[in-house]
Amino acid sequence: MAVRQQILYLWLAEGALDTETVGWALHDGSGGKGPGLPETEPPYTSGLAALEDGWCLLQSPAPYPLYPGAEHEVSYLANEFLFERRVEV
Amino acid sequence: MPADNHKLTTLEMARFVADGFLRFDALIPAAINEAVIEELRLLEENKINQIVGLPADAGGPPRPASLTPLSQCYPAPSVLGAMLRLPEVQGIIESLVGPDPLFDHDFVHRLPAGSTYKQHLHVDAVVDSTHPGFDIQLFYFPHDVAAGAGGTRFVPATHLRRTRAEGVSRFQHLLGEQQFSGSAGTLMVFHHGLWHAGQPNPSDVDRWMYKIRLNPRVSQVKRWNLADFDRVHNDASDHTFALMRHDSVAQVFRSMQPWQKGHESRYEQMQRARLWRYLSNDQGFDVDYYHTRIEQRDRLAGERH
Repeated sequence: MAVRQQILYLWLAEGALDTETVGWALHDGSGGKGPGLPETEPPYTSGLAALEDGWCLLQSPAPYPLYPGAEHEVSYLANEFLFERRVEV
Repeated sequence: MPADNHKLTTLEMARFVADGFLRFDALIPAAINEAVIEELRLLEENKINQIVGLPADAGGPPRPASLTPLSQCYPAPSVLGAMLRLPEVQGIIESLVGPDPLFDHDFVHRLPAGSTYKQHLHVDAVVDSTHPGFDIQLFYFPHDVAAGAGGTRFVPATHLRRTRAEGVSRFQHLLGEQQFSGSAGTLMVFHHGLWHAGQPNPSDVDRWMYKIRLNPRVSQVKRWNLADFDRVHNDASDHTFALMRHDSVAQVFRSMQPWQKGHESRYEQMQRARLWRYLSNDQGFDVDYYHTRIEQRDRLAGERH
């Protein structure tokens, strides 16, 4: 029995873990042998819901300094939370 | 090119500024849709030959060079040229990028039946300058595309985000993303910054799509049909938290996509307002007072006491 990592990115509406999911990405190190997630709808409604289903939080976004003159720019989605789940295959 | 009767309205332009695309279902007539695929086949073969260093001698119309005015691209009897010269298409183009824009490049996107090729989300070309001017990309689907049968995937309202081309590949899915499906002859018009991706084609028919990018060579200010402009173009007092209108350009800019939640939407509104300031030539335009409040304070700070 080997252990493989599943990685889940959730982009949330705001910087708090319990805000609504607006984007997601899954990278499955088990090659599909572990439990899956729905692809065409958000797998969890919030980051907190992912925690409650057993995902472990690896990284959350820290507030970042604003560059003078670019305070109102929009760019990449900033509220990126990274989770992992280790599965036996 | 008689585009005057087919130009976009002010509210259609506002919708383009908000969403980054417009869709025109079954705009191109069947006679062109049915004849164009053979021409696309030749263009594709010539393009591939050129890329691999072989003579581009498959036949078909001469391929334009970048910087060629659109009016000189694909002369008659080209079917593709007939599509591009339709008054309906000219009206859309002229509204967004002005008359006779420059040819940037084009590409025939053929997805063979059963193709599993899948792109990440991306933005074409490179990160933009800070000028709000934009190119357009026409996506022309000459035949019916069934749901899930290789239609282009895209995320509405991502076009004003300043990102590097491949930097958005990490976002596998966003709420509100769409995959094109629709009738033959449908034309999609994208702001060049819209995030999009090619998709697999599990159907049993090849999927053809023609994309062309056009650069403005004149100012893009007020190129559309202005009949409704004075009625819907609001002043800076149109403000959700004070007095607001429900029939104005600002109201169009308040509508957000499902992925645009929370306070983030305020910055989206500011970017839409910034682009509208350019297009409408009104540097006092605003939505919900975000620019105006700051600019008034900045003016005071600049006064001598």
